[in-house]
Amino acid sequence: MSRQTAASHRHGEMRNLLAISDLGPDIAAGIEEVMTLTDSFVEVSERAIPKVPALRGRTVVSLFFEDSTRTRLSFETAAKRLSADTMNFSVGTSSVKKGESLRDTIETIEAMGVDAIVVRHASAGVPRQIAQWASSAVINAGDGWHEHPTQALLDCYTIREHLGDMRGRRIAIVGDIKHSRVARSNIAAFTALGADVTVVAPPTLLPPSLEGWPVKVSHDLDAILPELDVCYLLRMQRERMNEALIPSLREYTALFGLTDERADRLGDHTLIMHPGPMNRGVEIAAEVAERPNAVIIDQVRNGVAVRMAVLFLLLGSGTAWGGELDG
Amino acid sequence: MVDSNDGDVGRKGTVSGSGWIIRGGRVIDRNGERTADVAISPDGVIVAVAEGLDLSDLGLDDAGELDATGCVIAPGLVDIHTHLREPGREEAETVETGSRAASLGGYTAIVAMPNTEPTIDSAAVVRQVLDAGVAAGLCDVRVAGAITVDRKGQTLAPMAEMAALGVRMFTDDGCGVQDDRLMRRALEYASGLAIPVTLAQHCEVEALSEGGHMHEGEWSSRLGIAGIPAEAEELMVFRDIALARLTGARVHLQHLSTAGAVALVREAKAKGLPVTAEATPHHFTLTHAEVASYDPVFKVNPPLRSAHDVAAVKAGLADGTIDAIATDHAPHTADVKEAPFDHAPCGMLGLETALALGITELVEPGVVTLSELLALMSWQPASIAGIDDVHGRPIEVGEPAHLVVFDPAQEWTVDPSLLASRSHNTPYAGRVVHGRVRHTLLCGVPMVRNGKAQR
Repeated sequence: MSRQTAASHRHGEMRNLLAISDLGPDIAAGIEEVMTLTDSFVEVSERAIPKVPALRGRTVVSLFFEDSTRTRLSFETAAKRLSADTMNFSVGTSSVKKGESLRDTIETIEAMGVDAIVVRHASAGVPRQIAQWASSAVINAGDGWHEHPTQALLDCYTIREHLGDMRGRRIAIVGDIKHSRVARSNIAAFTALGADVTVVAPPTLLPPSLEGWPVKVSHDLDAILPELDVCYLLRMQRERMNEALIPSLREYTALFGLTDERADRLGDHTLIMHPGPMNRGVEIAAEVAERPNAVIIDQVRNGVAVRMAVLFLLLGSGTAWGGELDG
Repeated sequence: MVDSNDGDVGRKGTVSGSGWIIRGGRVIDRNGERTADVAISPDGVIVAVAEGLDLSDLGLDDAGELDATGCVIAPGLVDIHTHLREPGREEAETVETGSRAASLGGYTAIVAMPNTEPTIDSAAVVRQVLDAGVAAGLCDVRVAGAITVDRKGQTLAPMAEMAALGVRMFTDDGCGVQDDRLMRRALEYASGLAIPVTLAQHCEVEALSEGGHMHEGEWSSRLGIAGIPAEAEELMVFRDIALARLTGARVHLQHLSTAGAVALVREAKAKGLPVTAEATPHHFTLTHAEVASYDPVFKVNPPLRSAHDVAAVKAGLADGTIDAIATDHAPHTADVKEAPFDHAPCGMLGLETALALGITELVEPGVVTLSELLALMSWQPASIAGIDDVHGRPIEVGEPAHLVVFDPAQEWTVDPSLLASRSHNTPYAGRVVHGRVRHTLLCGVPMVRNGKAQR
């Protein structure tokens, strides 16, 4: 029953998941714990009736200030498979811009009695602010350019599923690092697990300072392609060229897109990953996304089990879930 | 010409019936330091400064006594950068609440910034704020007028009309005047006014700063918040120094926050150019690392910078490159500050904590002496604001009794709920500091007595 013990223990430490660093002083151990739990929930998801009563009576609210299809669906599916009640609190960013206090929104939701708030916001730091005001667990489902920790966890799970141990694995994260919450969380998670991470982008799409970031920097995708274990492509926002960050999408694709030609130069084992939604023809060629080593659909599938694991870690302490699942 | 002292409450304010004596303190003013009691006549004028004063000799037998044991008696502090929010944002601060915060902080004069709603860009709004200052009667409230109409940076505001009411500083604070030619014209025009005035600049090139919410660097990169590079400030400092050279007009550079800006001002002063500069307590106390909490109480413009910049600001204060400590007191209500970091407005309170931060962060570590700190907080800013005829005066017979009495060693903990400002957005909540105001006298009347506001 080590799993359940670990879960209870973890619950005592981790009240929220706002960033990868919340997984504990030993981030690698924290990620491993989520991975182990995820294995169990993958098994649950494969059952005829993919549902366990682990979070019966708990309420999970999705608070999405920014549109999202896959992340919201993934969290809701995860919560329902754990038998939690789910609520949706839909807010446009406009209500905040009109002067509605974030704190008022949170106090309103908490008054309804919830156990976890899954929050997505276009502004960095909002989940952390909410966590200061809320007594329920707060899960960051993406905040501005800052972090998207469950995306990183599902990416770790997907890489582990295909390549095993991440230590020493060479991973390139390619594209708009500067504006990417996925990149920040993935860098924290991949490097905590011992991977060798290179960020590949034009200087305009890198953060102004990489001081303290445990990564290598490259502006030349072609130079590093052959040695990669994972080629992780970020979504290229089409409006970036209006900010003089790139001359054109065409030039971006020419330099940093994973074209068919470039994909041929990857190793057979090299995983092609993307957090979605893809701009086919921009950062990834249409056919490349269909290659056998493109695991983009696996990422989505694993997302549900990983989010079940996270919800269970935060809310599942004291439930009789462990035995039932094992049995 | 209208009376230029229209805003001087002290001369109109009520006075004690029988005068005051401040006993047991150490006097520090621009002429040095000495142990002395200070006697003040019923009409608010200093009538004696000496040890062991005999009140009956002075005809002040009924004078009230103010204890200054262990304290410094200094000219009242002068803040040349205060946002009072009136008119327009009275839910955040009013002239009265801001004046009370000022007097509790040891200030006897403050210069209200013009970024109100409506903007202080005409005689009518100037008069409204000056009148509110007189009505509050807690502090000598002066006004800075806008350089351009509605601070839009397009056409010049009527500076002469405002100067006639006593306005001595002009600034579009909150924005820098972006247009190089317009700024040149403003300096040239202002230099021809009958009364000497100073144009003050919020140094920020918007093309580089736009969309940013904190200092660009290590922390903005990590936190995923769009940054404002130090160069946005430095380019405008550079330009304004060039314009001071071109026009010969005096330029005051507001809230310097970067090492590069301090270096540019140091170089300009070495060349004898007519440039002055101020720095805020938060830019010598806090760094951008504070933003890691994502608490918008740390959002301010210019943004909190790196430790390297903080060290440079301190060095600038120590070597005379920076002439004044100005608070940039910027009240905001809780509801607007409890917004996402990138939606929240910039600004933090400063009036009630500035002196203590000066003592704790500058005097105690030996960056400046107490006397130098008072120069930076009283007589030098009074001179920049053009009010040194009344404020920051030596503590001598015949001078108006605008005084602060403070205990430089008294320890206290900043508690936002105990501040007199109508807003509570101090970034120093829970911070232990040294130096507390005991009495503040405006024209010989205690506005603060034993640390308590008298009204």
